[in-house]
Parts: sequence; structure tokens; C-alpha cells
Amino acid sequence: MSDRIFVATRKGLFTVDRKGDGPDGWSVTRTTFLGDPVSIVFPDPRDGYVYAALHHGHFGIKLQRSPDGGTTWQQCAAPTFPKPPEDAEEIRCPNRGIVIPWNTELIWSLVGCGADQPGSLWCGTVPGGLFRSDDRGDSWRLIRSLWDEPKRKEWFGGGMDYPGIHSVCVDPRNSKRVTVGISCGGVWVTEDAGDSWTCRAEGMWAAYMPPDRKNDPNIQDPHCLAMCPADPDVVWCQHHNGVFRTTDGAVSWHDIPGALPSTFGFVVVAHPRDPQTAWFVPAIEDEKRIPVDGRFVVSRTSDGGKSFEVLRSGLPQAHAYDLVFRHAADVDATGARLAVGSTTGSLWVSESGGDGWCPISSNLPPVYCIRFAES
Amino acid sequence: MVRVSFTKNVQRHVSCPSRQVVGSTVAEVLRAVFETNETARGYVLDDQGALRRHMVVFVNGVAVRDRTNLSDRVPPDAEVFVMQALSGG
Repeated sequence: MSDRIFVATRKGLFTVDRKGDGPDGWSVTRTTFLGDPVSIVFPDPRDGYVYAALHHGHFGIKLQRSPDGGTTWQQCAAPTFPKPPEDAEEIRCPNRGIVIPWNTELIWSLVGCGADQPGSLWCGTVPGGLFRSDDRGDSWRLIRSLWDEPKRKEWFGGGMDYPGIHSVCVDPRNSKRVTVGISCGGVWVTEDAGDSWTCRAEGMWAAYMPPDRKNDPNIQDPHCLAMCPADPDVVWCQHHNGVFRTTDGAVSWHDIPGALPSTFGFVVVAHPRDPQTAWFVPAIEDEKRIPVDGRFVVSRTSDGGKSFEVLRSGLPQAHAYDLVFRHAADVDATGARLAVGSTTGSLWVSESGGDGWCPISSNLPPVYCIRFAES
Repeated sequence: MVRVSFTKNVQRHVSCPSRQVVGSTVAEVLRAVFETNETARGYVLDDQGALRRHMVVFVNGVAVRDRTNLSDRVPPDAEVFVMQALSGG
């Protein structure tokens, strides 16, 4: 079980350790980059390095790396777009006409390339570029096969000005097989470590598109993808207008209309060992984005989405307007410990798979990303 | 010589002492500064070498116009300030 959580927030990175017994034994033990927005944190279980993506509003994105689990840090290279070729077509958002820049606006996902490739990292960004490093962030290369994909011309921003890669799922059976989620650009899969890609979002549908476009796989808005490590053909999707699941490696997705108390949300967390179980943090859809009835809940399915339990114990049930962003929840490698962080700066931990929750803080800055540190 | 100074807000991330350099455009002046301070470049310029969206450069108190190619003229003995814009606050 993991006894450490990294919490990336609007104003810094917080290390939360389990110092006492029970879910109320967690407390903040270290603060890092205080005052600076940290969009993503990635504690790498392969070698103990920790990475933190900083999003300086004025000064751009930066990447920090710690070789010792978060004690000391150094700035490493950030994924940087190359100069566009002379004949590069200028791509504009199809909805708003703004030019999609060759510039890393935000680091929106950061994961290891595979257990067999320590030091290699995948990084997803806004405006939709995928990068790879093979030297722990000392250098990065843009994956041109995806950036030059002609269908990228149809992608557009979902909650951001530009499209963004928020989910990168590496198949633990085969590191060359990677599934990425793009808002709004659907789901793309490579079987050859990024040399080629296929759009795989059949079965998703988009309520925000005209009827004749709503089933187009290329413009879907998956908010978050979560792969079950024990059964990697199972991937859960919290989409802009619903919950979807695939059991055949994204060849097909099926709608899960019965998610309770609503089908809208940002994050989904997959049980590491049980492909039938996943957790969601639902909210009133779309334009409101607040908990249903002001009651903050986590929902769990244990039967592949056929039914849902609404989990409330330890969570605020009156005038609670917390929203949980797409990276702000995580489960440890056992599936028993979960952590959820919200826009109000609240952090809760469960040591019972979500049956009961313990508030750890209600005064952190807005939470962007939560990750358990695993050895 | 042109004197280039940086906002104190960037100083907490990367050391950017004031420098005196030679250059007749904003691009030349900044290139001269970043030649010996490569880390600072990424705090001021984006991936394509343009001024970051919420950064502003003043030449003798006037904000530069060409934020993409940085071609604004810099007179000899000018004071250049590199600052963050309030729009990003």
C-alpha cells in the first residue's frame, strides 16, 4: 500500500504522508514550488524519480525533476515544439478560427513509457502535441506521426483554447501499445510506440455537436481515460456527456447511461486489479458543473457499469460545490486507498475503496492532480 | 550599449541580472542576453522565439509592437525592460 500522496495545486506541490494509523493519519509533510501552479505530478514507480510540471502563466511551462522522491529538485527540459517546416499548413480551430500554435501551452499528462523502459516518458500537451523523452526529461521529441495526422485539423479545444492530450495509457503487456485521450479529438491508439495511429472512439457520441456530426470519433471529448492495468483491454472513459467503457482495447465503446447521480464529471479512476470496478466524481452536467443538490459524492461501479453505488460517508452533504478535475483523483496499487482533491482545495482519503472518506484538508489551493507514490 | 533589465518576478525562478549588450533590434538585444543565460530564454520567449503571451518588453518606456519577430528598433544607450504583463495575473 502507498503511504504517500503528491498533490499538485494552483499554488504549489504538496506531499501528504500517512503518519498515523487509519485514514485520518494523513497530513501535509512538505510544500514545494509554493505560489506556482503545478498542473501535473508524476511519481515514477520504476526508479523513484518525481516529475512536476509547472504552469507559470507569464513565464510558460517548465518541468522539474526530483531524483530522490521529492526532496531535491532541478529544472529539466520542457517539451518544446520545433520550428514548423516551411511547407507546414497553418491549422486553425474549426470552430473559432484561431491558429493552433506550435507552442506547448500546458503539460496535461505525464506517464512512464513502460516498466521495461525506465527513464522514458510520454508527455501530452495542450495544444495536442505528444512528446517522448528517453532520458528522464533531459530532451524531448514531438511525435510527428500524431501531430501531422490530417484529422488533427478537426480537433478543437474542450475547456481550453486548443485541443489537449490529457490521458496517456500504456499497455503493461506491451509498451508499444499506447492509448491517448484528447479533448476534443477522440481516442487514438498506437501499436508501434507512436510510429502510426488509429482513431478509436466508435460508440462515443457528442451532445455538443450537430446531429450529423455527433458520432464522429474524431471530435469526441473524453475528459479522462483510465485503463485497468490487470486487464488493459478495459478502459473507462468519463466523457463530456456521459460515461463509456471499452472491453476490447478501444475497438468499440459502449455507453453507460446509468451512472449515478449523474453522468457528467471529469475524472475516472480504474481499479488496478478488478476490471469491473471504477470510481467517478459526478456533477450536474455541462454548464453548471457543481455537485448534484450541493452534496459532494464519489460513485463506484463494481459490475462494469451495470449499477452504481453513491458513496457519501465522510464527504460534505450540504452546500458543497467542489469540482474534481480530470487528474485530481487516484487509487493506489492495491485498489484500497483512494485520494480525491477538489477545486475548493479540499482533499479526502479513503482506505476502504471509497466506502468511507476522511477529510485531510479543506484549505489547500485548488487541486489539479493527485498521484500516489508507489515503490 | 543597451541596458536590459528583468522583472523581479522572473528572478525568483532564474537569475537575470541587468546586462549591458549591443544590439539594434529587440531580437538582437535579447539574443545577446540569452547567449550567456539560456535558461532565461524560455521564461521570456515561447517555443517559436516569440514574446510569451503575457510578457511585455519596453524600449525607453514604450511597449514593443512586433511581438513575433521582435524587430522593433532599439536605439543606442536605450533602456530595455522585460516584464510580465498584468493581463496574466
